Amino acid sequence: MSAVQTAVVKDSSMLKQKEMISGNYRKLETAKAEGRKVAATFVPGNLNELIMCFDMANNLPEINAIQNGMRKKTGAYIMEAEKRGHSEDVCTYVKADLGMIAKGNIGPDGQQLPNPDLLLLSYTGCFTFMKWFELLRDQYHCETAMLHVPYQGDGRITKNMISYVVRQLREEVIPKLERVSGVKFDIDRLRENLRRSARAEEDFVWVLESAKSRPSPIDAYFGGVYYIGPIFTAFRGSEDAVEYYRMLRAEIADRLANGQGPVTPSGDMKAERFRLVVEGPPNWTSFRDFWKMFYDEGAVVVASSYTKVGGIYDRGFRHDPDHPLESLAEYCLGCYTNHNLPGRIDLLAQYIEEYQADGLLINSIKSCNSFSAGQLLMLREIERRTGCPGAFIESDLVDPRYFSPANIKNRLESYFQMIDQRRGGPSVAHAA
Amino acid sequence: MRTFIGIDLGSTTTKAVVLDENMDVLGRGITNSRANYDTACKVAKYEALLAARFTLLQRSLTKAGAGEARLGDFLDSLERGFRLGQFIEQLDDLEQTCLDKARGDRFRGREQSIAEAIHAIFAVLRDGAPSLFARDARRKSDFFRDLAGSRFMAVGQETARAAGLSYDMLLNVYDKAIIEVENRPPRGDIADKLLRALDTLAVMSPELADLAAYLAAPVRRALDVETEETSVVGTGYGRVTLPFPKENIRSEILCHGLGAHMMYPRTRTVLDIGGQDTKAIQVDDSGIVENFQMNDRCAAGCGRYLGYIADEMNMGLHELGPLAMQATRSVRINSTCTVFAGAELRDRLALGEKREDIIAGLHRAIILRAMSIISRSGGVRDEFTFTGGVAKNEAAVKELRHLIRENYGDVAININPDSIYTGALGAAAFARRAAAH
Repeated sequence: MSAVQTAVVKDSSMLKQKEMISGNYRKLETAKAEGRKVAATFVPGNLNELIMCFDMANNLPEINAIQNGMRKKTGAYIMEAEKRGHSEDVCTYVKADLGMIAKGNIGPDGQQLPNPDLLLLSYTGCFTFMKWFELLRDQYHCETAMLHVPYQGDGRITKNMISYVVRQLREEVIPKLERVSGVKFDIDRLRENLRRSARAEEDFVWVLESAKSRPSPIDAYFGGVYYIGPIFTAFRGSEDAVEYYRMLRAEIADRLANGQGPVTPSGDMKAERFRLVVEGPPNWTSFRDFWKMFYDEGAVVVASSYTKVGGIYDRGFRHDPDHPLESLAEYCLGCYTNHNLPGRIDLLAQYIEEYQADGLLINSIKSCNSFSAGQLLMLREIERRTGCPGAFIESDLVDPRYFSPANIKNRLESYFQMIDQRRGGPSVAHAA
Repeated sequence: MRTFIGIDLGSTTTKAVVLDENMDVLGRGITNSRANYDTACKVAKYEALLAARFTLLQRSLTKAGAGEARLGDFLDSLERGFRLGQFIEQLDDLEQTCLDKARGDRFRGREQSIAEAIHAIFAVLRDGAPSLFARDARRKSDFFRDLAGSRFMAVGQETARAAGLSYDMLLNVYDKAIIEVENRPPRGDIADKLLRALDTLAVMSPELADLAAYLAAPVRRALDVETEETSVVGTGYGRVTLPFPKENIRSEILCHGLGAHMMYPRTRTVLDIGGQDTKAIQVDDSGIVENFQMNDRCAAGCGRYLGYIADEMNMGLHELGPLAMQATRSVRINSTCTVFAGAELRDRLALGEKREDIIAGLHRAIILRAMSIISRSGGVRDEFTFTGGVAKNEAAVKELRHLIRENYGDVAININPDSIYTGALGAAAFARRAAAH
């Protein structure tokens, strides 16, 4: 296949996703006019297949914050939230969301967002989510459903945990969804949605695992955040998502067959010099500048924990139409932020081995405790286990004030040169 | 001969080191970084090459049989002659630039009297120049800006009054001119200038006239040896601005690790406290970096913090350490935020604490922060090497020794008098290596 053809194919999944995202925003904007009910929920523990069963639109505040961050709108929203009394140290997704609401709730695409009819909270390890929805409930005075997902304190999911979550789904979440939407729950509809989820998940995992090749045809962090888009948000369980991942897989398969590296904003990445595993979310306000610091140096991220926040699929879990509620429970229990520190360490250390990475890089987020707590210990332990060097940089999610390009670039370059030096590469000097 | 140069563009100072083929240090140079890294780089390199020339002269003149004590005097006199020549050159440049700046509408009608005043000031400055470079003369600074500035201010006020001109106006002209002059790197060939200094040596130091005559030929022969800048490697914060190919730019982490290893081959942990960075680096037995940690987003507790405190107290940076050493107790300071440093200081003074005790507390706070960064990087391993500008501060070193013993037991702690050049030394070693390929 020629390069020109590849470029066309490459664009098609991106265009498809763009359409899907703007389609969902349209669905939200027209919800009231068309009598559609709206649920607001979070990426980790997102029960999209279930929400779809009630013909409701899904509005994800985190995604709004990310989209606004990439459009450079969050700085003003965060200032607005701080003006209203939210401290400098509060999660900046929360403040970007509250600031957006305070300024008229105009969505990232410039259109009015609807007030939610239901706040559906799956509590998967992030305590801030609960406080966030308390604030939203105070704002919207709408129905709230809280699904309590037990933390994987012992690093495993037990039958009791699953039945505890299933019971809440049956007794708390589904009745509320029925009541708010006026639609009766149909488990066969859920099974169909889950069947589609599993198909999309299969292709998604194939794409993630393509990074095991050398060179990796994808960047599993900077590219990865685009690849997780549909499956982590309002599309898992939809035909659109199945189609998107089918297209994406075909495109990546082509890149793989052609021995191409990942696509970057500056074109195809040339030589792959460093393979990294990255822990922690990216910075969104300077996303492209941040990415450039990697691809300019030939650094590709081959696996990341952030692409697991909305579900870990590459360890075998699939949504299961034969056990619909159980599989939703298992999905929520398995999200990355619901894993304890030893579990996270195991996963990242395995990634370093499986993906033949040069080391672990942690992007520690100033305002995100659910990720940041324990990261230095994780770094130390993973270094010890794998013998690969780690590095630690700090930035923030969507607060532009906490991205210091000179500092981050300095640390990254030092890290890359250190890896090179340890390999005995061109940086090695014979000391006197 | 082939030389290998490392340049460390720090936030406060820029350092350069010149090595020979055998990795022996030929010369070191340092200058203030200014806002212009390009000039700083050229000046530091020029200074290092000058020092290298003197090392080479010493080597060859020792072979020529000059006695050690008098040779030292001779080279010292030669260097003073060189520096005097360079100072006069820069004064000439500064005078001309001042005249250029004193043109335009603002000065209309007064051009003549301003020019006369400027000539008068610079005549006094030139007359006083030899005393600045006389034997055993004590200069508060070696930077042209400081030397020329303090003299200009001393002479300018009187001259302005005598000429019926505003002193502020003259000072304003000077301020504009000095920025330009300071950012013009030194021109001319070092060897040529040294030859000129040699010619005037007998006048500056009549007691060395006989030696100067005896050494003239060997000096000329030694200066005939061309030094070639075989390879230059840059490091430090300003490294991206260096006009070098990418492969000749190295991170300061690698350079400090390697530089510390070259100074003390048994080094395993390096702490560098510079102007804006605190770095803890773990190296293996060949100086290869195994791990590192740096201060996070803010520069709290770095060298700049001490600079800020010194400014607040109207003291020189180098005076802080000795003052802290006089402390009888250490006041507990928790915040190492540079911006809040002034407030912390005034608060403690208002509470009646003694200055030396507060300053001792500030030093301790800096080192406590450094200890936290060290532990992030994997702790202290034997031997431990402390580098960077803060390593020159005896009070900081005292706290560090104390805290290391308390937390890590008996560990060899190395502090080299030339530790400020550690990064540049590592960079020069990379330059040597690059040339070998």
